[in-house]
Parts: sequence; structure tokens; C-alpha cells
Amino acid sequence: MAVDMNMNVLIVDDYKTMLRIIRNLLRQLGFENVDEATDGTQALEKLKEGEGNFGLVISDWNMEPMTGIELLRHVRADDKLKHIPFIMVTAESKSENVIAAKEAGVSNYIVKPFNADTLKSKMVSVLGDF
Amino acid sequence: MAGRKSNTATAKKPKAIKKSSAKSAAKDGAVKKRAVNAVDQVVAAAKTVKRKSKKPVDVYRELERLAAYIDAAKREIAELRPQDVKDEYLPTATDELDAIVEATADATNTIMDCCEVIEGVMGDVTATVSAKLMDATTQIYEACTFQDITGQRIGKVVTALKNIEERVDALVLTLGDKNTKPQKKNAKPKLAATKDKQDITDADLLEGPQLGDKAKSQAEIDDLLASFD
Repeated sequence: MAVDMNMNVLIVDDYKTMLRIIRNLLRQLGFENVDEATDGTQALEKLKEGEGNFGLVISDWNMEPMTGIELLRHVRADDKLKHIPFIMVTAESKSENVIAAKEAGVSNYIVKPFNADTLKSKMVSVLGDF
Repeated sequence: MAGRKSNTATAKKPKAIKKSSAKSAAKDGAVKKRAVNAVDQVVAAAKTVKRKSKKPVDVYRELERLAAYIDAAKREIAELRPQDVKDEYLPTATDELDAIVEATADATNTIMDCCEVIEGVMGDVTATVSAKLMDATTQIYEACTFQDITGQRIGKVVTALKNIEERVDALVLTLGDKNTKPQKKNAKPKLAATKDKQDITDADLLEGPQLGDKAKSQAEIDDLLASFD
């Protein structure tokens, strides 16, 4: 099935510059409808308000008050949200982190610093070719 | 995240700090050496007490000397002025680090402003030129991710400095300043290599960027993820 390039993508990071970088890279990949949140709590509110209208979540791990892994657990525990693909983009590169994220239901995992090709290939693996 | 907050308002001049730090470091080194010598002498004296003393009076005399040595050691440590380290040097260092994060964030945003201007004119040029501009801006965006990593690394250093501050607090308290209380511990515990899987908490998983050979590559992460399939 073709990827809906008009889907809403939620990007979550407590660094405004990183949000801007990801937004710009997504725009270059053809995704214009990008919303932002600066931590898990804000992201969860937006996801619940959107009632599953988001097609993808790209989230950092290390944020306060709600971390990316906590956000992921909330998303996977919510019947209306649990289907949303969730890519973790983080500097946390230990095996324990990857295992914990996988067990929590992460769709894919990108370690920072990353490049546009990596972002695209992980999105393709989660969403399908675009 | 913790330690990422910026505060340039209190940033000090780096040069002045370096100069006074070098001077006091040399002095501190000499004082430390004398303190270590004093402790060595105490240990030697204690050994003598064990071996030679048969009369209680000898023991008391040695204990008095021991007390005198400890007093001297405390005075020498006080000369290191741990209160200054706590009140001046450590806060200055954290302010400087915060200023670095702020400056790199500002620079990154300026770079991205320029990229967005370039992207804005891509439609006005030929397809070939536009593609080249697109490649270039993509690479600039990728390079800009350094700012996030830098910020996180500096955050770790700030946490380490706060840890040192706690120990200096404890030292000041030991030296008799009853008004100085150790601050609440806020350092993140390190993940022990021997920890059982079920003991690993979310806090254990927050360590930020790994250094050099400790950092996993994207390929290693991919292999690990694939092992679940």
C-alpha cells in the first residue's frame, strides 16, 4: 500500500534545534504535516487529542517529565493509539536500551547522530516504500 | 532533560578563571602533599604504638600526637578553601558549560535559518542546481545534530560537577562549618555490570551518548533489533 505522504507525523524531543532538524529532514523527504512536542506528556496529549490521526511518532528517549520509553508504553497500552508506528531516535545506544524499547513495542530505533538516509530507511521499514 | 537548561546571564570570563585556577592549583598541590605526608606520619606513629608501647602513658602520648596530626591535616585541608570551590569555581564551571550549550544552539539555529533561505530559492533555479542545493542542505541538517549530542555530553559533565559539589559540601561540613549542609543527591546511578535484567530501572537506562568504542553503531543496533524477529 502506498504511503500517505499527507499523514500527520508527531516528532518529540526536548531540544528545539533537534525538532527543527527532524522537521526539515521530513520536509525534504516529502512529509509536510509535522507536529511537535517537547516531552512525552505533551506528546501523549496531542496523540489523544488527535485520536489516532497520527501516522507516525518519532521520539527522543531522554526527556522530562515523561521519557520516550514511557510515552511508548502509554501509546502501546491505548487501544486508539497502539497501532501507530513508533521510531525511537536517541543517543542512548546501549543494548539494554534497545532491548527495553523493543520489549515496549518500538517499531524501529535510530541512534544519534544520524543521517537522512538512515531516517528514510527506518521510515520505509516501518511504513513501506515512499 | 536535566542539565540541559541554559543560563548565560551568569556566565563569567573564561580567561580570568583559568589564570586564578592555575595559581591556586599549584598551591593546592603543595598543601595536598603536606597533608598526605602528615597522614603517613600518623600511620607510622600508630604502628609504633602497637609495637613499642607497654605503659598506658605512652599510648596517651601517642594519641595526643595523633590528635595533633589530625588537627593539622584539617587545617591544611581548610587552606584548600573547599568553600570557595563549592561557592565559586563549581558554579562558574557549570555556568560556562551552560553558555557553551546556548552558543552552539544559537549557531545551529542561524545555520538552519540560512538553509531554509536556500531551500526557499530552490524553485527559482534549474532542476540540477536545485538537487545539488537539496543535497547540501540535507548534509548541513545532518551535521547540525552535533548540537544535540554536544548538549547531552555537557549535561553529563554538569552532573559530574554537581556530584563533586556534594562531596565538597560534605568536606566543608566535616571541617566544622555547621551552617553548610550537603545538598540533596541528584546524580543518576550508573548501571552496574552485574545487575540482573529485572533490576534495571528506567533511570538506569538514561546515560546519554556513549563515548568512542563504547558507542553502538546503527548497524549494531539493527542487528540487535533483528535478533528479536
